[in-house]
Amino acid sequence: MHRSVLPALVLILAGAVVIACGVGPYPLAPGKVLALLVGAETDPAAARVVFDIRLPRVLAALLVGAALSAAGSAYQSLFRNPLVSPDILGVSSGAGLGAVLGILLGLPVLAVQLLGFAGGIATVLLVALLARALRGGADMLVLVLSGIVVGALAGAAIALVKVLADPYEQLPAITFWLLGSLSGIQRGDVLAAAPVVLIGLAPLVLLRWRIGVLGLGEEEARALGIDTVWLRGIVITAATLITAAAVAISGVVGWVGLMVPHMARMIAGPRFDRLLPVAVLLGGSFMVAVDTIARSGARIEIPLGVLTALIGGPVFVWLLVRGRPG
Amino acid sequence: MRRLLVPVSAVLLLWLGCATHAFARPVTDSAGRVVEVPDRVVRVFAAGPPASTLLYVVAPDKMIGWVRAPRTEEKPFLLPATRHLPELGRLTGRGNTLSLERLLAEKPDLIIDFGTLNDTYRSLADRVQAQTGIPYLLIDGRFANTPAALRLLGRVLGVEARGEALAQEAERIFAAVDATLANIPSAERPKVYLARGPDGFESGTRGSINTEMIERVGAINPVEGLRESGGLVRVGAERLLVFAPDAIVTLDAALRDSLATRPPWSELAAVKAGRIFVAPALPFGFIDSPPSANRLIGLSWLMHKLYPGKVAGDLRAEVAAFYRLFYQVEIDGAALDRLLGGTP
Repeated sequence: MHRSVLPALVLILAGAVVIACGVGPYPLAPGKVLALLVGAETDPAAARVVFDIRLPRVLAALLVGAALSAAGSAYQSLFRNPLVSPDILGVSSGAGLGAVLGILLGLPVLAVQLLGFAGGIATVLLVALLARALRGGADMLVLVLSGIVVGALAGAAIALVKVLADPYEQLPAITFWLLGSLSGIQRGDVLAAAPVVLIGLAPLVLLRWRIGVLGLGEEEARALGIDTVWLRGIVITAATLITAAAVAISGVVGWVGLMVPHMARMIAGPRFDRLLPVAVLLGGSFMVAVDTIARSGARIEIPLGVLTALIGGPVFVWLLVRGRPG
Repeated sequence: MRRLLVPVSAVLLLWLGCATHAFARPVTDSAGRVVEVPDRVVRVFAAGPPASTLLYVVAPDKMIGWVRAPRTEEKPFLLPATRHLPELGRLTGRGNTLSLERLLAEKPDLIIDFGTLNDTYRSLADRVQAQTGIPYLLIDGRFANTPAALRLLGRVLGVEARGEALAQEAERIFAAVDATLANIPSAERPKVYLARGPDGFESGTRGSINTEMIERVGAINPVEGLRESGGLVRVGAERLLVFAPDAIVTLDAALRDSLATRPPWSELAAVKAGRIFVAPALPFGFIDSPPSANRLIGLSWLMHKLYPGKVAGDLRAEVAAFYRLFYQVEIDGAALDRLLGGTP
């Protein structure tokens, strides 16, 4: 990886944020937005649009994209499998179950988000406990299978909630949540989710070299004196925190956590310590771009999950055609 | 003697089976299907919430259950005899929750559905009818068809006079709305946003069944969809500022209370002026949920809210009269307050 890659990616991300702040259904001249952002303009109405509505949503997209990409990268290294996405251990299904229960009970938005977050965490905790009970927690295959089982149970529970939900009021809300959207995002949502994502990112950054070694194989890592069981627990905890916080504010958004790490590997190579920052920056830029389309591309909101798959799928194929990811 | 028992009872059963079908007459439903309906219909199953409400309005004594059991706060607004009927689930719409065996066990004389008429529902009705032998009527659920639907169901269930009385009241309400609107120029028609979902960012696009009432009272629904016939969509916060609605209608009092302090809502003229109207929902919704005859009173309510001072008559008296005629319940002042105050 060339030395200038990271600064370039930071510039791209900053550019994406600025451009996204200049685009939207509310008519504001891009120049005026730029002036607002640098503090050279104080028109209160325009300031409210940019600072209360547009910027929080752009930052939320950045946060969600970065979070899902970081979690995806960590899991792909940990499981030594490029087909793994952040919800391999059921975090999205669990978060989905928590949120749709909140909608079923008619709770306020904040409670729905908190239930989503708690549901994601609780599900992974259950998976870890189940794996430990089955095989002492050291066997990756048992962990993944436990994740599949518990994820499937959560999926069945979501389906049951859909059946019980009021078809006129709650079912549409549940459907929209499961498709993912940032349309109702508020500044408070970003301020609540950002610290959690950062707390989850910290151990991944601090332990990036060890995690990279773990990606080479269990034996090799142990030979280098790494406590693999402990490290794996840390990675899973961190990735779960990150993903649950992201999904709690955006709903279920697929593809990003699977695809962005592949894009990042083409730039940075397979080493986790190099891959992680590239994936975070790329994921943030990608999601900011996608959400800009979601909120401005049509007269109605386009669900994020739909867009990420529609855009992500072809991009992914193009990547595979250009060169095989590492 | 015992030898005779089986053949005799078999003959008896056969005769009984024929007897129930002997006194039947063909009825043409809204979908053009000719259905053999027994002369005396006693037990009717409604396939979905709109049909359930229509059946309650026309002939509550013939209901065998609800699609969804009434909630505690809804019960005072329903006839005592119907409050504790069992919850049977739905047969159409989004996913069946009722098995045909359970349906047969309830021994209905007739199944009705009130809503969309398309080939999906037609074939579903044909299949259920063929499988169960229970006649299955489809009634056109479009709002403009409400008077005709009330008349058709009244005729089928042998309560023509009631069906006719309800239909005439529905026609009177339609006519009153149109007469009032004729005197309101298009420049004075408000832009009205329907705020749904947990955060209010869910709405119905122009032409959707959810916003039909808003459009029927001459208001402009700013949410344009991608299709001619609308549906539910999510609306972005910023887009809402662009819409700049003159008034907001919501189904949820808690939502109204939480909107006032948060952007983008707090920026809207409608919110600053306090023009957020919570649609009453007891025992049935005023503008939606379910889309059935219950929405008639929603028309009067919306007219009074959106065109204050231009609508003749007193809303409270009108609501009480509607509940007396349609739901056959007397509501006192306290119940009216609970209903119209937007608090469930």
